[in-house]
Amino acid sequence: MSSEVRFTDFKSDKQPTWCPGCGDFGTMNGMMKALAETGNDPDNTFVVAGIGCSGKIGTFMHSYALHGVHGRALPVGTGVKLANPDLEVMVAGGDGDGYSIGAGHFVHAVRRNVDMSYIVMDNRIYGLTKGQASPTSREDFETSTTPEGPKQPPVNPLALALSAGGTFIAQSFSTDAQRHAEIVRKAIEHDGFGFVNVFSPCVTFNDVDTYDYFRDSIVDLEDEGHDPTDYDAAKEKILDADKEYQGVIYQNENSVPYHELHGLDQNMSEIPDGAPEGAMDLVREFY
Amino acid sequence: MPEDLNWAIGGEAGDGIDSTGKIFAQALSRAGRHVYTSKDFASRIRGGYTAYKIRTGVERVESVVDRLDILVALTERTIDENMDELHEGSVIIYDGERTEMADVEVPEGMIGLDVPLQSLAEDAGGAIMQNVVALGAACEATNFPIENLDSALEKKFGSKGESIVENNKEAARLGQEYVQEEFDHDFDYDLETTDNDYVLLNGDEAIGMGAIAAGCRFYSGYPITPATDVMEYLSGRIEQFGGEVVQAEDELSAINMALGAARAGARSMTATSGPGIDLMTETFGLIAQSETPLVICDVMRSGPSTGMPTKQEQGDLNMTLYGGHGEIPRFVVTPTNVGECFQKTVEAFNLAEKYQTPVFLVSDLSMAVTEQTFEPEVFDMDAVEIERGKVVDEDEIEAWTDEQGRFQPHFPTADGISPRAFPGTAGGAHMSTGLEHNALGRRTEDTEIRVEQVDKRNQKVKTAEEEEDWSPREFGDADADNLVISWGSNEGPMREAIEYLDEEGVSVRFLSVPYIFPRPDLSEDIEAADNVIVVECNETGQFANLLERDALTRLDRVNKYNGVRFKADELAEEIQNKLSQEVQA
Ligand SMILES: Cc1ncc(C[n+]2csc(CCOP(=O)(O)OP(=O)(O)O)c2C)c(N)n1
Ligand code: SF4
Repeated sequence: MSSEVRFTDFKSDKQPTWCPGCGDFGTMNGMMKALAETGNDPDNTFVVAGIGCSGKIGTFMHSYALHGVHGRALPVGTGVKLANPDLEVMVAGGDGDGYSIGAGHFVHAVRRNVDMSYIVMDNRIYGLTKGQASPTSREDFETSTTPEGPKQPPVNPLALALSAGGTFIAQSFSTDAQRHAEIVRKAIEHDGFGFVNVFSPCVTFNDVDTYDYFRDSIVDLEDEGHDPTDYDAAKEKILDADKEYQGVIYQNENSVPYHELHGLDQNMSEIPDGAPEGAMDLVREFY
Repeated sequence: MPEDLNWAIGGEAGDGIDSTGKIFAQALSRAGRHVYTSKDFASRIRGGYTAYKIRTGVERVESVVDRLDILVALTERTIDENMDELHEGSVIIYDGERTEMADVEVPEGMIGLDVPLQSLAEDAGGAIMQNVVALGAACEATNFPIENLDSALEKKFGSKGESIVENNKEAARLGQEYVQEEFDHDFDYDLETTDNDYVLLNGDEAIGMGAIAAGCRFYSGYPITPATDVMEYLSGRIEQFGGEVVQAEDELSAINMALGAARAGARSMTATSGPGIDLMTETFGLIAQSETPLVICDVMRSGPSTGMPTKQEQGDLNMTLYGGHGEIPRFVVTPTNVGECFQKTVEAFNLAEKYQTPVFLVSDLSMAVTEQTFEPEVFDMDAVEIERGKVVDEDEIEAWTDEQGRFQPHFPTADGISPRAFPGTAGGAHMSTGLEHNALGRRTEDTEIRVEQVDKRNQKVKTAEEEEDWSPREFGDADADNLVISWGSNEGPMREAIEYLDEEGVSVRFLSVPYIFPRPDLSEDIEAADNVIVVECNETGQFANLLERDALTRLDRVNKYNGVRFKADELAEEIQNKLSQEVQA
């Protein structure tokens, strides 16, 4: 790790193909900044992304990375981190990726509390497949597959995370560059699963959850004097469906990440040339 | 044919059938006898008939047969279920005081040993030991020195304390003495002991042990019969070697975690059975496309869908060969006996890393639940070689960068194998993706690059075809006109069937194939034989179809798909029938 890493070192030489104005630009910039600020460099960083416009992020960033299949980025990140706890692992994806097809993995990744960060670019729509309802779409939001609205309440990812035993739950707004980068940085620094739901507007398919909407409605928890270590206060904010909060909502300071709990500190890529020492004992067990 | 003895204990699930059978198997193995076990069980935990069978000989035994010499029957149904295999002179040990045995009738010509298992167990310290009393009785009926049972009891109960061990030994003694004193029989059976040293283990355990030997550190899986034993074996053991087992939330997660660990540079594996393979197929393509080394173990059971979860079948061959959308380079390795489960697992890891390709390691239920004795040398840890392939370090990386200094993890080399940099390697940062990509790993739809990368990935298989030894194992009479071919676990019963056939004056050459893709070219062998029969546990003859395509000829088949593995004598008969049809035709 070198100290001169700048956030642009995490930028690949590939120009992003997102629509001009897409919220994902801001989300990505904040991620790169946070990675650089926490002393990481591309060679010790592993970014896992899912499928969707959001999932393209691994292509536009420079690091070790995997662009996986739809919804399964979290298990991949888990495998990477446990196999080599020295790596900085960041998982990124969309709301469809994380809360629909990958919802099962989300809940379990939260409770496993692996030391990685999970950044969800929540635009409340399916972008890449051109504008269908997502699990966070509003009940009455008309889309190509829900002409009269989904007629079912959106999922509350923060509540899901809290109920699954989340140790770090935060929300940010991609265009509020400073705050967003700071929140992601805290997620990285957290000893455990750092979850950040990022409002990352889709300028092409979502005319409801727009920049203007978020700008007008966002409430910064710091301004409210919210104490993220206060579980009950966090619960109250999370279940408050009327407000869009920004900031670290909940952080468990006693969080012990999976690899520490399980005593995993080795880089598993290093193995001996033959069977490991003591392997003969395995055979003796069968006498 | 080996001089063999067939022993079984049967009753209701929950009666401790399995652990009792295992103790006896262990005692036999420790007495230097060969053992081959099989289980007959239903997919439920309590209730339902279940049996544990042991075939034992001083010579190797490789299969079950249709004969039962000693039966410990805990329920009346046990006798009914095994009636076909019992014969004149069979010994049935039962407890007439047990309510389940109230109306038992020992069939004519058989020897019934009515032993008060429960009350003798109580005398020894607890009714729970009634099965051990039965084992003591079985020792007497088979002339088997009871000291060998003692040693197995010590192994089984040692961790529970001295007094438990002593009580169990006492229970066994009471059973033995009861038979000695109450029955005035000269039993025909004689389980002699030898000085041979054997280990006793099943296929799943051998796979788990092979994985650790091969340096596998990461295992993620989701429980499913009959693959769960792999996970259970590794849990608590792999940690001693710096590894970790993760029980994932489902198979989709399991394989993706394993993929993540593999990308981080760990030797990594997952194991499942048919339904889990279906779920994993989504990621299977990503593994191949991103050129990630991964061992995926499919312990087959009877399908489709949930089929018969506790029954034998070899029905997934097509799935492992063709599963996944698009065209996917892969290896399909099929160990043919429990010992080979160990060796082929080690090989699977080497293939995966050398060629940066997913490897299907295909076993089946009959191998997974069969405990078999082996000389410990079969599991020679000193012989394990680890080949990690083209892993590049910090210094070597420059040779693989483009003009802009970017690492090219998919560089199209002549042998199709590209350099691999573990994360953390300076200068090696790159992205891997399931999208079609260029040498850098970047997405492309460029027609030429597409062709180049497809060719590159398939070239790896061609390289492997040339570099590795894919030969079959050969048994029987090399010059025989009759050729039998099988894959996977049919090797054992078939090896014994050869002897049965020999007695009938039928000589066969037998090829047992441990690789399905790539596989040995058997065209010449097929052409040279007058009659060719392919043996497999499925209805359609999936392997036979492949061989027919390879050799451009029609082949005879012997297929079994009722859920039960082949028995040696039955297989011999079927082959003989097939051959006589051939002669008539
Ligand atoms: C298994 C599978 N199902 C469906 C798709 C098609 N698909 C691609 S992206 C996407 C939705 C992505 O939505 P979201 O995660 O919200 O990301 P966004 O594009 O909005 O950033 C879908 C359904 C796919 N690639 N794979
Ligand atoms: S479709 Fe929406 S989410 Fe996708 S790139 Fe365009 S603006 Fe962004």
